[in-house]
Amino acid sequence: MKEQDVILKVENLSKQYRLGTLGTGTISHDLNRWWSAVRGKQDPYLKIGESNDRASKGTSEYVWALKDINFEVKRGEVLGIIGKNGAGKSTLLKILSKVTGPTTGNIKANGRIASLLEVGTGFHPEMTGKENVFLNGAILGMTKKEITSKLDEIVAFSGCERYIDTPVKRYSSGMKVRLAFAVAAFLEPDILIVDEVLAVGDAEFQKKAIGKMQDISSEGGRTVLFVSHNMAAVQNLCNRAIIMKNGRISAMGHTKTIIEEYLKDGNKVNEVLRDKNTFKHEFKSFIKSVHLIDPKTEQMKTSFRMGEDIGVIVNCYHMDILKDSGINVRMDSIEGVRLVAWRTKEFGINIPRKSELSVKLTIPHLNVFNGIYNLTFALVDGNEIVDYLESIVNIEVIPAKIDLFKKTINKTYNIMYSHCEWEFK
Amino acid sequence: MKQEKWLTEISPKTKLIDFNFKEVWQYRDLLLLFVKRDVITLYKQTILGPLWYLIQPLFTSIIFTLVFNNVAGIKTGGIPPFLFNLAGITIWNYFKECLVGTSDTFKKNEAIFGKVYFPRIIMPMSIVVSNLLKFGIQLLIFVVFYIYFIFNGHELMPNSSIVLLPVLIVFMGMLGLGLGMIISSMVTKYRDLTFLVSFGVQLLMYISLVVLPLSLFQEKGFEWAVAYNPMAYIIEAGRFLLLGEGTVSEFGIVYTVLVSIFVLLLGITIFNKTEKTFIDTI
Repeated sequence: MKEQDVILKVENLSKQYRLGTLGTGTISHDLNRWWSAVRGKQDPYLKIGESNDRASKGTSEYVWALKDINFEVKRGEVLGIIGKNGAGKSTLLKILSKVTGPTTGNIKANGRIASLLEVGTGFHPEMTGKENVFLNGAILGMTKKEITSKLDEIVAFSGCERYIDTPVKRYSSGMKVRLAFAVAAFLEPDILIVDEVLAVGDAEFQKKAIGKMQDISSEGGRTVLFVSHNMAAVQNLCNRAIIMKNGRISAMGHTKTIIEEYLKDGNKVNEVLRDKNTFKHEFKSFIKSVHLIDPKTEQMKTSFRMGEDIGVIVNCYHMDILKDSGINVRMDSIEGVRLVAWRTKEFGINIPRKSELSVKLTIPHLNVFNGIYNLTFALVDGNEIVDYLESIVNIEVIPAKIDLFKKTINKTYNIMYSHCEWEFK
Repeated sequence: MKQEKWLTEISPKTKLIDFNFKEVWQYRDLLLLFVKRDVITLYKQTILGPLWYLIQPLFTSIIFTLVFNNVAGIKTGGIPPFLFNLAGITIWNYFKECLVGTSDTFKKNEAIFGKVYFPRIIMPMSIVVSNLLKFGIQLLIFVVFYIYFIFNGHELMPNSSIVLLPVLIVFMGMLGLGLGMIISSMVTKYRDLTFLVSFGVQLLMYISLVVLPLSLFQEKGFEWAVAYNPMAYIIEAGRFLLLGEGTVSEFGIVYTVLVSIFVLLLGITIFNKTEKTFIDTI
């Protein structure tokens, strides 16, 4: 029965924000609020407010970033939280980690809540690695005794033994992240919150973070709330998931059904645009944008029928500074299985040396069953990865009749189909 | 399977005074580590290092002595003017550092407060504690000069009530912390206060009897200017404890104690109210 314990319970949680610049009108609103409070009335600004739809322009200055959120998490469960940018995921996590308070509603929890999103924020550059381990550990809620007993493990896990008595300002950024993560990894909370760890750090760090999460939930029997845009990671890690939309929970259930619903719900990421400011270095080659097209009509498209030709457009910037450039495209299933990859080098294709380059990749008759797949892109120079966009574009393949089969075959347990010959003796 | 016992509860309702002492106690190690951080990092990569602790009050005293006592001719009773100023400045500095240090708590720690929770009050408390060390060093330099003046034939009697000095410091710390917390909470919404603090403290010093003795205010009939300033009573009392010169009234003691407690409680209340939502307004 122990597994059935509800460890976290969120009831009618709402959070209101004021839009626009603060400043003008702040005092008048405050006075108005205060006057209502004195007369024992409700906050006059709580009544107004609209649901949080980023795209449509509202009339009210106040907006509900979260509205009537209700859910429960059981001990040992890994709950995935997915949703578009601005759907309220981060606000929810902020309230859960007590960084900001809710406007109405409440959260009840049985145990220590900690989040992995703040790795390294408490570091002081002038102090040594060891001093920072203590400080950061204490900020995350550990006592000095706890840290002392785990110090050797933390240092070993970080792989920074040699530099542990050197001020952190002499560390490379990677070492800082390692050390900070090592501290957080030994925190042992009852409920762990992970927000977009995948967005920061290198591939190795991401793997470590995910691995640690898996350990925590499977071995430690502890609860994890995982927020990510990476559907493959959510699929692999979570038992249950919720979709957030405009500050509300729009669906809740088994991860697989939830993800499919989410991807069908017009939430498909079909084009990615990045601007130069994403990068620190001005003259770095990078993938500017990617999108899917119908190779014949060149129209933008996100859903393809089984067996249909798929066109991928990749636009790259500053390609002329690469000596030995190559472009890799990989297709994964939603579970994160790497299905197929197209690499210019393997095909013996030489990429023209141009600053701005638009690449069109046509994949004729991709023999996969219906379902949702995603594409990962990499820009390489020799063996070095210059830019990497993981699971950035989704392809929806819809069921269709294929000449190969005599009747319409729907997806069963297989991902791919193939031509074949049957012979009987 | 009902389970109605919860270890943690997050809700918007705030009691008027909602000070979770147990939680602060759990984080006591963090308080000490913040103090350690402040102390060891303050003068990193400076040539004179902790000597700056000494240079600042010494030079201020020298200039004050020159301007107010030698040029303007203000009398300081039987005490050497330099010692009179040094005592005032040493005590005042502790209050000033506590107030200024804590008044930008939210703004300065926005990055860390925005990402991780710990009782926010730990931060201003750590500033008040780490300033104590600075105050200790400055008090030491005062003692050095005190002894120097005695050897030079000045009639200075160490007052037996000097044992009350820690009590005085506690109330001064409470006052600085409380005021600093009130300001830091309001700064999250109204940035104007940042400017007010930096020069307001400067002005407050002149009506806190740091350079001018109370007797002078009384003489000229401007007693009202300092009558409601708790810091004036603290400085005067401090000087009395250190140098045996000054007036300590019963009203002053009671008034200062009450104001300090009130300001601290008010500070905690406002601070606690702000810490839950400041990240949305800053």
